[in-house]
Amino acid sequence: MDVLKRVPVREQEPQVRAKNFEEVCYGYNEEEAVAEAERCLNCKNALCMQGCPVSINIPAFIQEVKNRNFEEAYQIISQSSALPAVCGRVCPQESQCEGKCIRGFKGEPVSIGKLERFVADWARENGIKPKKAEKMNGHKVAVIGSGPAGLTCAGDLAKLGYEVTIFEALHAAGGVLVYGIPEFRLPKDKVVAAEVENVKALGVKIETNVVIGKSITIDELIEEEGFEAVFIGSGAGLPKFMGIPGEQANGVFSANEYLTRNNLMKAFQEGYETPISRGNKVVVVGGGNVAMDAARTALRLGAETHIVYRRSEAELPARVEEVHHAKEEGVIFDLLQNPTEILVDENGWVKGIKIIKMELGEPDASGRRRPVEVPGSEYEIECDTVIMSLGTSPNPLISSTTEGLDINKWKCIVAEEATGATSKEGVYAGGDAVTGAATVILAMGAGKAAAAGIHEYLSNK
Amino acid sequence: MYPIVRKEVLADQIVLMDIKAPMVARKCLPGQFIIAKTDEIGERIPLTICDYDREAETVTIVVQTIGAGTKRMMDLNEGDELMDFVGPLGCASELCEEKNLEETKQKKILFVAGGLGIAPVYPQVKWLHEHGVEVDVIMGCRNKDLLFYIDEMKAVAKNVYVATDDGSYGFHGNGCAQLQALYDEGVRYDQCVAIGPMIMMKFTALLTKKLEIPTIVSMNPIMVDGTGMCGACRLMVGGEVKFACVDGPEFDGHLVDFDQAMARQQQYKTAEGRAKLAYEEGDTHHGGCGHCGGDE
Repeated sequence: MDVLKRVPVREQEPQVRAKNFEEVCYGYNEEEAVAEAERCLNCKNALCMQGCPVSINIPAFIQEVKNRNFEEAYQIISQSSALPAVCGRVCPQESQCEGKCIRGFKGEPVSIGKLERFVADWARENGIKPKKAEKMNGHKVAVIGSGPAGLTCAGDLAKLGYEVTIFEALHAAGGVLVYGIPEFRLPKDKVVAAEVENVKALGVKIETNVVIGKSITIDELIEEEGFEAVFIGSGAGLPKFMGIPGEQANGVFSANEYLTRNNLMKAFQEGYETPISRGNKVVVVGGGNVAMDAARTALRLGAETHIVYRRSEAELPARVEEVHHAKEEGVIFDLLQNPTEILVDENGWVKGIKIIKMELGEPDASGRRRPVEVPGSEYEIECDTVIMSLGTSPNPLISSTTEGLDINKWKCIVAEEATGATSKEGVYAGGDAVTGAATVILAMGAGKAAAAGIHEYLSNK
Repeated sequence: MYPIVRKEVLADQIVLMDIKAPMVARKCLPGQFIIAKTDEIGERIPLTICDYDREAETVTIVVQTIGAGTKRMMDLNEGDELMDFVGPLGCASELCEEKNLEETKQKKILFVAGGLGIAPVYPQVKWLHEHGVEVDVIMGCRNKDLLFYIDEMKAVAKNVYVATDDGSYGFHGNGCAQLQALYDEGVRYDQCVAIGPMIMMKFTALLTKKLEIPTIVSMNPIMVDGTGMCGACRLMVGGEVKFACVDGPEFDGHLVDFDQAMARQQQYKTAEGRAKLAYEEGDTHHGGCGHCGGDE
């Protein structure tokens, strides 16, 4: 075996998976995991750990895998992460742990993500649960939102002995893990529901169908319900649109709506009542992970699917793996192009899209080269569905109903990075509600930091 | 789970239900809505709050058959449970906020309720009555079989004018014609609130614009999450994109782009689906649901 190369991971054939919602990647089996673990150099000064937003003791768990102590490997990971089966699947490891792996200087980095996934899946299949706090400390904390930030914060606090209640606005727990990320990347029943159960097994209560700011306010949670601290992990908010003509036509969706219908409401599954527009030719505007998810969903629902993105492939914000998978499955990438108008038929439905070609000019404030329109290059393509995947702006429900909670000029909640503390005493925040749309693992990192911040605050109170 | 503690058939294909939902009942105000989901496979259905009892911890909803989802919800009985019931969502009616009460008392207010819109108008009129504001109400329906809440409304409103399209009860004509008739008699209003099918709100707003009466409408577009996440409920108000679930559901009726909103309501309806509904429901259904095409 070539130690410079990773043990390859088995995947569903692209032509087959492009027509189903089964998980794309099968993950490692025991033999493959042990073989891959052998490649870890067990560095003393482990750079991979510095790349992990929740600081998992990566070399330690990989050594346990190498020695086939899978349960011990799981307990090491769960000291730092409440959602290993999720992170092993959706973290951008290439720019985090694996991006720093010493093996990667010469050859391929260790497949840390796939090993984490293997350990978490093994633990679930063998009925291993994370360890509960030995005794409760009598303090009550409320967590708003059951997405990655909220679950992590709640899990960490529960392990410290806090009595934690999560309030979730939707009817199912998991936040973006349930409504946003599709089944073929993150199985809902097998993986997400199981991870949520693990958090519950730590003693966390989850109340669904509660919209904080409407059903009850943060001030009421503190003053009337006896919560001593509150963590806001309410996620991102309203979808952005381009502001071009035709955007309100039938057949134009936000990626959030399209994905929510399919993932949370299971529109793709026979028997569920929520409808989804399947489309014959779908144009997805945007180049992030959400755009890839929407495009790959549309493809599976039977449409010819295009990604239209105004910069070039090098600037695509999506993970390389997602772009690669999308291409393999048959998503067509129309790069350096930007919509200028959505064409609408006499019944108010999308019939096409007008697109202008772009070229890259000087770098802008973000350091990326700014796309500039090529004059006279406009052309039209026929399509019946357009999905806008341009990011989101913060939801006003909590900030507008909580006295003394500061927001910034982008209307995100202001919170200290190290502790999650907001301008309001006892109220902490993290995840997309603070940063704007970002990744699952960054939200988990923020949830973790806030759990430590809350613990320090309540310990000194 | 959320038990159904009372069920009453109000009219053909229209059912009232009191749902035990303590958290919603404690907080809700007129003008707000809830989202209910019957069971695992059901849709998230947005429904305007029609009444509430804070002591009994119940919220009243009125459901009309518009498709398979509402039909299955309506077929439930007292003692059955809804799987999910979340709210209150959206902003309360500005007229029914304590802080605006002094200003509201200065106004002569008319409510125009069309069809199922009678249900959400009722709690607003009741709230105003309980706070010392007496208002007039026009209740418009296609025919007398679809009318409900007449006595309840009379108990809380100053004048109730009932209008039916076919003249089978009260004034012969629709709500707009009734409003025009009142205007012609010299009756004047400072504020109008119109709630009902979009087509009815559109024409009411056109008339009140001509009569120079500021008009609030309550929009009921297609929604999914209802909490400001998916953007399905977007509509144009005064040239800006607004989201009915967090910015509304009430908007200035003179600024709403109704034609676009009505087109958007047709999104998930196929020609066959509409034909099936027309066959199954015949005359009982006349638009406003956003699903049947009756608004066109």
